[in-house]
This record gives sequence, structure tokens and C-alpha cells, in this order.
Amino acid sequence: MTNHAVLAEQFVADKPRAHWHDQALWFVRAKRDLAAKSLPEWEELREHASNIKAHCVSRLADYLEEFTRNAEKLGAQVHWARDAAEHNQIVLGILQKHRVTKIVKSKSMLTEECHLNPFLERHGMEVIDTDLGERIVQMRREPPSHIVLPAIHIQKEEVGELFHEQLGTDAGATDPQYLVEAARKHLREKFMAAEAGITGVNFAIAETGGFVVCTNEGNCDLGVSLPPLHIACMGIEKLIPRAQDLGVFLRLLARSATGQPITTYSSHFHGPRPGGALHVVLVDNGRTDILRSDDFRRSLNCIRCGACMNTCPVYRRSGGHSYQSTVPGPIGSILSPAKDAAKHDSLPFACSLCGSCTDVCPVKIDLHHQLLTWRGEIAKRGLLPKSKTWGMKAVSFVLQRRRLYEWSGKFARLSLRKLPRWMIYNRFNAWGKQRELPSAPRSSFRDWYRQQPKNGADKKES
Amino acid sequence: MSSRDEILEKIRREKLPDQPLPDLKEFGIVYADKFEQFTAALKSVGGTSIRVKDRGDASRAVRELAVHQQAKKIGSLIPGIGDANVDLEAIDDPHELEDVDLSIFPGEFGVAENGAIWIDAKNVKHRVMYFIAQHVVVLLDARELVDNMHRAYDRLAFDEPGFGMFLSGPSKTADIEQSLVIGAHGPRSLTVVLVENGPAG
Repeated sequence: MTNHAVLAEQFVADKPRAHWHDQALWFVRAKRDLAAKSLPEWEELREHASNIKAHCVSRLADYLEEFTRNAEKLGAQVHWARDAAEHNQIVLGILQKHRVTKIVKSKSMLTEECHLNPFLERHGMEVIDTDLGERIVQMRREPPSHIVLPAIHIQKEEVGELFHEQLGTDAGATDPQYLVEAARKHLREKFMAAEAGITGVNFAIAETGGFVVCTNEGNCDLGVSLPPLHIACMGIEKLIPRAQDLGVFLRLLARSATGQPITTYSSHFHGPRPGGALHVVLVDNGRTDILRSDDFRRSLNCIRCGACMNTCPVYRRSGGHSYQSTVPGPIGSILSPAKDAAKHDSLPFACSLCGSCTDVCPVKIDLHHQLLTWRGEIAKRGLLPKSKTWGMKAVSFVLQRRRLYEWSGKFARLSLRKLPRWMIYNRFNAWGKQRELPSAPRSSFRDWYRQQPKNGADKKES
Repeated sequence: MSSRDEILEKIRREKLPDQPLPDLKEFGIVYADKFEQFTAALKSVGGTSIRVKDRGDASRAVRELAVHQQAKKIGSLIPGIGDANVDLEAIDDPHELEDVDLSIFPGEFGVAENGAIWIDAKNVKHRVMYFIAQHVVVLLDARELVDNMHRAYDRLAFDEPGFGMFLSGPSKTADIEQSLVIGAHGPRSLTVVLVENGPAG
């Protein structure tokens, strides 16, 4: 896996574009702030949300069983999948049983995580992502770069060009209204032809056996109210105990994500449509491993609002694709190494530890603390690059030897003042790549202190 | 071992400390004027509202709406409201509703904090009516407003199979460079007719 820093460097090479990306996300962050400030009880809401999630995780097995019982009572069929492969197999099995090949899918990060689309396509199915942003990235044959704003990295000129090539819109068109209208027409055809709808799940309710899906476009609802088959795929951490807990989460989700007071559609599904079929697939895929870790358990609180990405100074300036994981940004940099630390070893370092993510997280995940913990974990597992381990070993050696430390200080001060620039700023000095080293003082603090008259302390005593 | 048992067993191996659930009974913002807050919130999410005295006025007001006058195909879930010319009960395949221009349906109650309206699809044969029409009109009893989402859920029980949703404004997207465009896949407009002396439905 390419190092995050390498891909980030490529991203920032196009300065105007990197700036545009940064500003686009900051705009969303600012809207989130306004929405949060509109509620005097915002901090209490976050506390409640965090407590509900902690409660639910502490009895997750019981709640999963309760949900299953109630969902089945309502007429839904519930399936369990250990991992992505089993999830994909289950979905394929259901589709084959119903003899369908045309599927519309509304946004679901879980199916992205399981790479469901390419799997179904290999089995001769047509899967159309219906969220506009997701459809755009699907047409470009690339993954989403953000979990709420999948096409945030793409400019309208590029969408215009893409639609011109694939949907036959006017060449050079860049007006979003015109482009959305074209997508609407194109996707209406897909909705009308679909034989099954696949959706994600924002919240599943143990006490009722139902679940809630939130969208702004209405794509989830169109996708599941025309064809008779609905498959809903969810990670097991999407569960909440009571219907009234939805009040807490629906108030937080859209405000944190886009600054809206609530999404346009918050659809509550309890059982299949009359005459239709509803399948719910519960997926583990590494979640139980996270649950068993005291350090990282709280990352299961995540409701996928994307607020931590919008505020992250690194995400905004490096783009979602530089993370090379389904969920990018701060939360992705915790979840991805949990799945495969060796593959995603650079992500916990894509962070300045500023803590802004922790401040905005609606479910109070201690994101920057967990990122720091991950760095230690990566060192413990021997996954640090040699440049870092050797450097740390050298520093540790010097810091343990007083004379050597004093001498090194002198040597460093002298070098910084006397050596030619090329000997200081070169490929061995990664820190100095975009930064100036501090100007070296003539003497050390220790030397200065030695020269001070030693009567300060005496005076106080007398 | 089945996947189900394996997952449950793996979770149960971890004994976690108890964390009580919060009490949400009195929790949440209260507005001095719920009506004013609701209509302001509705406007902010791209919806429009009109206020009428009673059901008779509502019926006249709906007929006068531009979205009604320009509509060729109209479906209504409220008898007597709107000049409905689609017989929803006679249709079996929801795909036949593709070209409906206007859909009229009742709302159960509104939420002041976010302009959302609870829609209950109980006894509604074609749920797609809420989403497939070019424009939608919702009739709502103006006295049926709650302050916030906690009070909203106090009113809801999910004790039987069904579908319900909070609807807040028309379908929208901002997926192209964060420019807000109304009318993504679903309705291009939402008009809420607030009836002072309901019931609306």
C-alpha cells in the first residue's frame, strides 16, 4: 500500500485544486457549526448519544438477538455474515433465488467496505449506485473519496465532461441544475427497470425490529418502493436499543454531516411492503475484534456523519483517496488499521493530533487519542519504517548519556550556523522539506544558566 | 458453528461494564411559538407553507396551487382534497405511477425544530406516491406540532408492520460542488397546507 504521505504530496502538488478542496470541506464544517449552535443542549445530546452507544455495545449480543426476533416477527428475514465474503455470498444468493439481475443501490458504506458491486458484476448483475455523488464516482470507476460527499473531490467541469460522454449532455455544460436534471432522467430509467433495491442502514432498533435509512435525494425510497425485493445491509454496530433513541441520533446526524436540521427523508422500515420481501444482512467483518479492544472499542460509536473528515486539516489537504480505504479521514485511520495494520500502517500518522475531530464528533469518540494509541501499536508490532525506528533508537541512546547529549547540542548548534544549506536540507531531513529549521542560539540553556549569578535563591530565603 | 452463533459468542466473551441509558423524558429545546419555528424551519429546508382556516379552505387552496393547476396526473390520499384523476386502488403495479405530477397526502404531526413532518403509510397501497411524483402537497393539522424529535418519538409506537418517515422539504442534492439543487430523484417541491381547525386527513 502506498504511503499516505506520498499520495498526499501528489494531491497538494496542484495548489489551486488542493485549496479548492480544502475550502469546499471547510464550508461544510462551518455549516455544521451553525447547526450545532442552534441547539443549547448540543453537548448534552452528544453525551446522551455516546452513553446510548456504550450501553448498546455492552449488551450487543442480547440486542442483536432481540432485533432479530422482532424483525422476523414483522416478516423480515435476517442473515448473519462473519465477513465481507460471506455477506456478498448471502446477497448474491438472495438475488439469484429471486431470479433478478438489475439492482439499484442507495448509499451504503458497508457494501463499499465489502466490495459488493464488483462481486455482483462478476456474477452478471447490473448494480447502479443511485446517490448522485456515488453514481458520479461509479461512472468514473473510482471509489468515493468521502463517506457523505462521495464526489467532493470532483469539479463541475469534470462532471459535465463525464455526463457528456456517458449521458449525452451538452459539451462544456457545467451548470449543476442542468447536470442534476440529466442524472435524474438517467436514474429514473434505472429505478423503473430495477428488480431489487439494496440499501444500507443508519440505525436498527432492537426493541422494534425495524430500521431507519436517511437520505436527501429520496433515492433509497424510490429504489425500494418500486421493485418487490429489498435487501438492507448493516454492520452490527448500527444497532440502538430503543425507538426513542432515534430522537438523539437523528438530531445529531444531519447537523453534524451537512449542517441540515435533519435529512429530507428519514425512512422507518418495519417489515416488508405488503406483497414484497425484506432481507436484513447483519455483518461483523472485524467489528467484534474492535469491540474486544479497550483502546478502540469506542470507534464503534461512529454514525458515519463525516464531520471528522470535514474538519481534519490533513484530510482537507490530502483528499479522501490518499487514505486508500473505504472510510478515510480520522475515523478511517482508526478503523482501517484495525482490519489490517500492515496495510494501513501510515494512516495513524496522517494526523497532527490537533484534536479537532474529537471536538466535533457527535458520539464523542476520542479520535485523536485513538490515533496516538495506534502509533504506539504500530511501533509495538514492528511496522514502523526503518527511518523512524533508527532515529528513535539514536535519540534514546543520546538522551541516556549526559556528556554525549551536551556535546551533540554543541555540535548541532554549530552545524546549523556554519554548514552550507545543501548539507542540512537534503533527502535525509524529511522534517525540513517544507519547513525551516529553527535558528541556532549561540549557547545552550545549560551554559547560560551556569553564567548567572547564584544569589536569586539566597535572597528569597533571607 | 453458524455465523450467528460465532458472532454472538465472540461478543459475549467480552464482559463490559454496565452503562445506563439516558432518560429523555423532559429533554430537548422548547419553543415559545412552535408554529413560527416550524414554518421557519420548513422554509430553511426548501419547503413552503400556507395557512388556512378549515378543510373547505384547504380544498380550495390546494386547487389554486400552481403545482395543481399545471398537473396532468394527480393522486390524492385524502378524499375530497385535490382533483385526483388517478385511481390508486385500481392500480396494482406501482410502476404505473411513474408519470404522476402531483401527489397529495396527510401528515400526522410536524416537528418545530427541523420542519419535518411524520408521514404514516399505514393503509397506503403505493408508498412510491410519496417519492415518485414531481410535486407533493401535505395537509397538516396546525395544532399538531411538537417542539423537538424527542417529543416526536413520544408519539410514535412501532408495534406492527408498516412504513413511516420524517419528511423535511423536497428532494435535494449538493453532490456537484456543494451547489444545492432541489429535485434530485424525488419531488421538486413540497407544499405544506397547515389547517388551523384540522383534522387534515
